[in-house]
Amino acid sequence: MREGLLVVVLAYAAGAQDRDRAAAAAFEAIVPVLRHPRCMNCHSTGDFPRQGDDGHRHTMQVRRGPDGHGVNAVKCSTCHQDRNVAGVHAPPGAPEWHLPSPDMPMIWEGLTDRQLCELLKDPKQNGHRTVQQIVEHMSTPLVLWGWHPGEGRDAVPMPVSEFLARVKEWAANGAACPAATSER
Amino acid sequence: MQQITLRVNGRQHAVKVDPETPLLFVLNDDLGLRGPRFGCGMAQCGACTVILRGQVVRSCVMPVRAVGDDEVTTLEGLGTPEKPHPIQQAFIEEGAAQCGYCLSGVILTAKAVLDGKPDASDEEIRIALGGVLCRCFAHTRMLRAIRKYASGNRQHANPA
Repeated sequence: MREGLLVVVLAYAAGAQDRDRAAAAAFEAIVPVLRHPRCMNCHSTGDFPRQGDDGHRHTMQVRRGPDGHGVNAVKCSTCHQDRNVAGVHAPPGAPEWHLPSPDMPMIWEGLTDRQLCELLKDPKQNGHRTVQQIVEHMSTPLVLWGWHPGEGRDAVPMPVSEFLARVKEWAANGAACPAATSER
Repeated sequence: MQQITLRVNGRQHAVKVDPETPLLFVLNDDLGLRGPRFGCGMAQCGACTVILRGQVVRSCVMPVRAVGDDEVTTLEGLGTPEKPHPIQQAFIEEGAAQCGYCLSGVILTAKAVLDGKPDASDEEIRIALGGVLCRCFAHTRMLRAIRKYASGNRQHANPA
């Protein structure tokens, strides 16, 4: 009887470990997307967005503002429309173009993969979202813009279908995080 | 082509245009308004600025379909040559322009900032003007004019 229970517990633990490993591997697979300039330019340090593949500070003294949409009468939507404007150096665009709000700035710069994963799961840091809502967020037009960034900008290299599948795989396996590693 | 109704400077207009036409082209070509100007065509200079929903927008990149029912204010919507708006009057008094090509961006940005925050600091106004280019170096006069307008507003709101 006792041996039987032990076998069940061990099998359960092994299954949980397998799921954790699968989740962590799925997360590691999406990290290059999260660290791509198309994402990082709005998830970097500072009270302002960044531009370009080198992540330089956004020109025109653009600021995050009280809600992530800009400051005073100059908002993200002063220039950014709901779609890209044609032409090199013309403003990119997608619906709801904005930065995270200052109370949860979702700064990813400098985080290890594990810290980034933990931030994404933490409702106190991720915009009060559940893991399922994070999965949904990854399918919003603003995030998917990274695959269609307009002329003169590199798109996120991983196929979008693979990215979304990996995000779902991470969540479906319990959203475990990779092991701790050195800082980025 | 599609019929689109626009409210501009207190008047309603019906125009038949491609909904993707930049608002600037409709203002210039269909409504004959020359305040907002074509500068760079890519939201980099501010010459085409108008006020919409209390914020400034670059009309050269905004498709006319995105305006909706909201009122658009252009530079000529502020005042008239006979009775300029106080911020226009302040610019006249300070001689705060040479060619004037940038004035839609400068005046409407300053007005929108001060409408939302009457006690905006010089620094806040300078930050807001960060996206407006002027190539004739009238900046110090412009800031003086904006300060004069803001100070007049504050005195009007809180008479001694």
